[in-house]
Amino acid sequence: MKRRDFLRKAVSLGALSGAAMTLGNYRGLFAHETNNYALPYDMVAIKGGEPDVMFDKAIASLGGMKQFIKPNQTVVLKPNIGWDTPPERAANTNPVLVGRIVEHCKMAGAKAVYVFDNTCNEWTRCYKNSGIEDAVKKAGGIMVPGNSESYYHPVTIRNGKILKNAKVHEKILESDVFINIPILKTHDGAKLTISMKNLMGVVWDRSYWHANDLQQCIADFATFKKPALNIVDAYRVMKRNGPRGVSVADVISLKYQIISTDMVAADAAATKLLSLQPVQVKHIGLAEALGVGTANLDKLNIHRISL
Amino acid sequence: MKQKHLKAIRLFLSIFFLVALAAIFLDFRESIPVSWVHQIHGLQFIPSVINFTVIASVSAAGFLIVLVLTLLFGRVYCSMLCPLGALQDVFTFFSRKFSIKKRFKYSLPRNFLRYGFLVLSLASLLFGSLFTLYLLDPYSNFGRILSDLGRPVVISLNNLLAGQFEKMNWFFLYKFDYKGFEWKEALFPLVMLAVLLWLSLLHGRLFCNTVCPAGTFLGLVSRGSLFRIKMDKVSCTQCGKCSAVCKSSCIDIKKMDIDVSRCVDCYNCLKVCPSVSVGYKNAFANKVAGKTESSKREFLSKSVIFILALAGISRKTTAQGGIGDALIPVQKKHPVSPPGSVSLAHFNIHCTACHLCVTACPSQVLQPSFLEYGFTGMLQPHLDFSVGFCEYECTKCGEVCPTGAILPLTLEDKKLTQMGKVNFIIRNCVVYTDETSCGSCAEHCPTQAVRMVPYKEGLTIPETHPSTCIGCGACEHVCPAKPNKAIYVDGNPVHKVAREPEFEKMEEFKSEEFPF
Repeated sequence: MKRRDFLRKAVSLGALSGAAMTLGNYRGLFAHETNNYALPYDMVAIKGGEPDVMFDKAIASLGGMKQFIKPNQTVVLKPNIGWDTPPERAANTNPVLVGRIVEHCKMAGAKAVYVFDNTCNEWTRCYKNSGIEDAVKKAGGIMVPGNSESYYHPVTIRNGKILKNAKVHEKILESDVFINIPILKTHDGAKLTISMKNLMGVVWDRSYWHANDLQQCIADFATFKKPALNIVDAYRVMKRNGPRGVSVADVISLKYQIISTDMVAADAAATKLLSLQPVQVKHIGLAEALGVGTANLDKLNIHRISL
Repeated sequence: MKQKHLKAIRLFLSIFFLVALAAIFLDFRESIPVSWVHQIHGLQFIPSVINFTVIASVSAAGFLIVLVLTLLFGRVYCSMLCPLGALQDVFTFFSRKFSIKKRFKYSLPRNFLRYGFLVLSLASLLFGSLFTLYLLDPYSNFGRILSDLGRPVVISLNNLLAGQFEKMNWFFLYKFDYKGFEWKEALFPLVMLAVLLWLSLLHGRLFCNTVCPAGTFLGLVSRGSLFRIKMDKVSCTQCGKCSAVCKSSCIDIKKMDIDVSRCVDCYNCLKVCPSVSVGYKNAFANKVAGKTESSKREFLSKSVIFILALAGISRKTTAQGGIGDALIPVQKKHPVSPPGSVSLAHFNIHCTACHLCVTACPSQVLQPSFLEYGFTGMLQPHLDFSVGFCEYECTKCGEVCPTGAILPLTLEDKKLTQMGKVNFIIRNCVVYTDETSCGSCAEHCPTQAVRMVPYKEGLTIPETHPSTCIGCGACEHVCPAKPNKAIYVDGNPVHKVAREPEFEKMEEFKSEEFPF
């Protein structure tokens, strides 16, 4: 009797603690920050289709979303939802694309897919009028608020030159997989906004960046956490007056999408789409110097798809 | 007798308006449709009168309904529609429940005070200001108490709950980043709340019968009311039960007389009279003359001194503090009034500082002012760019304003309404002082009235185009220069029409096939 009781208790305690481990978010204790996926290409560039169709094809050529997401993992997506403008103004990431990415994450077995941005305009209007809230909810994702400082927690940026500390949104810190979904736009301060500039929306105090060498701060923060994947939306592109834009007259139709695990490479390629050179966008070079990635596209194995 | 049911009707209506009006002043999430908001506050007396002077249409004629009701039944407004009256009734209810004040008794009217306050409330009109009226107006006081004091409490509770729910992945509540609270602006509603608590706990509706200008005015009107509560001198046994429950202290048992000018039609007396002697009766049977009373000048003079003392507290500066190279102080000539407020003159003479727009403003840029509009505009909301900026796609403040101080604008008109103009101090600008990229202002400008132009070595620096500026203040809010801003909006005393932003047609852009 006694031995049986002991065994019973031992087994149930073990099971309980196991359950606690899966329920609680302790995975971070064991995980390593390695993004060394065995991928067939360094970059996929695709053109000529609708945003969702282009993503289907591009991600399939990398071996599907399951390359990046293991079943039951939590995922956070960071599109650009900075402005209270409709999709045709191209100030925010294309909602069709974001929705499609959520679906792929769910299909790969993600337990939860969170989406947020620290917006410039009033956040509920941005979420709604960008069309992203609708698309994400329809696809089974969860829109998370980013409007309160209490969601942001202090981190140290060890490799930062100027930006040494920042407060980062808890979903970025907690989630297993971080996917960056910028839209390509011109930018009054940074020249262009692509993958690295998009990460400004995961921190609380942007004003510090602007006051203390914006370009270096963008590069510094890129050393903090490498997204598993960067998906650059260049379907509609704001060619001038960015990043907010004044009217649809600022927008051209490019119908491109660039996918890479390397932010610097993705940004360099996207820069060239607008007939600019990566050296003209200062933070690309600064980030390359910090070892974030490479802007030398000739060295990369790029898969080009035309639809 | 059927008149006993009147109290139930009164209770129902007063609770309805108390809850509904509290809800619109606490609604920080924009969940109540604007059309409801108008129906809820449409019958508020003083705002409706002011609104009628602006737009003179049927939709603004709520006060006429109140006047007709008063001429028929007396001051039913004070017990059924006025939220501040209902709030005092709640206090009085607790006062009786916890035996702070169990019984009321008759007192003489304080005529010097009540007519004094009525005259005082209109006095500032001579100087082109609603100041004294809105300090006393019950609706606006209710609004300020709820918006300035109640809302932060509700938001804190909301954030506490939201934090718990978010742990369970429920995001239907979300934390609200409240930026509004300023002690010096919350002081007046705080003092008012304390005064109301004191008066209602110990003296029932004394505020309504001595201080409130709407109450005193409707009291004058009710002297001509067709039906009024009267005592039947034949059947009355002078038991005094009615007088003991009379919050207005207006039932004189000895004379078996009710002072109609102070009766707020709460119908408590109807409910308790054992001989059914009190009730609505036709007015013109026999009249009793009013009484004069002893003065309480001290109270009045002390309040005036207090209000004047408030002026001594220092003015808000536009410097944002911190250490930096932006050393040139910003000097603004005019405050920025909300879009649709036409001009400072129009706004100051029509706004009762009820702070409904402060609650409704999604970016929280609308904040109660202190001395920005001068002493006689104190508490009227202004755009405070240290808190936020005016959302380009939003017309909320004009939609909810009950008095017409902020007129509703279509989104098209709003986007061309110039509340103020941009000013740039290059020697404070980060690009000039640090020679690094910034562009924060131009980034946020919805009309590119601020745009970046080539500067040194690949840098760009702001250039302003005031004619297309609408004065939303986004540039000023986000400017990172310290301790002073490098870019700011100075208010237009009379709002203007901004030029529509124009840009040349973009040249055809042809990207080469995979340029990498």
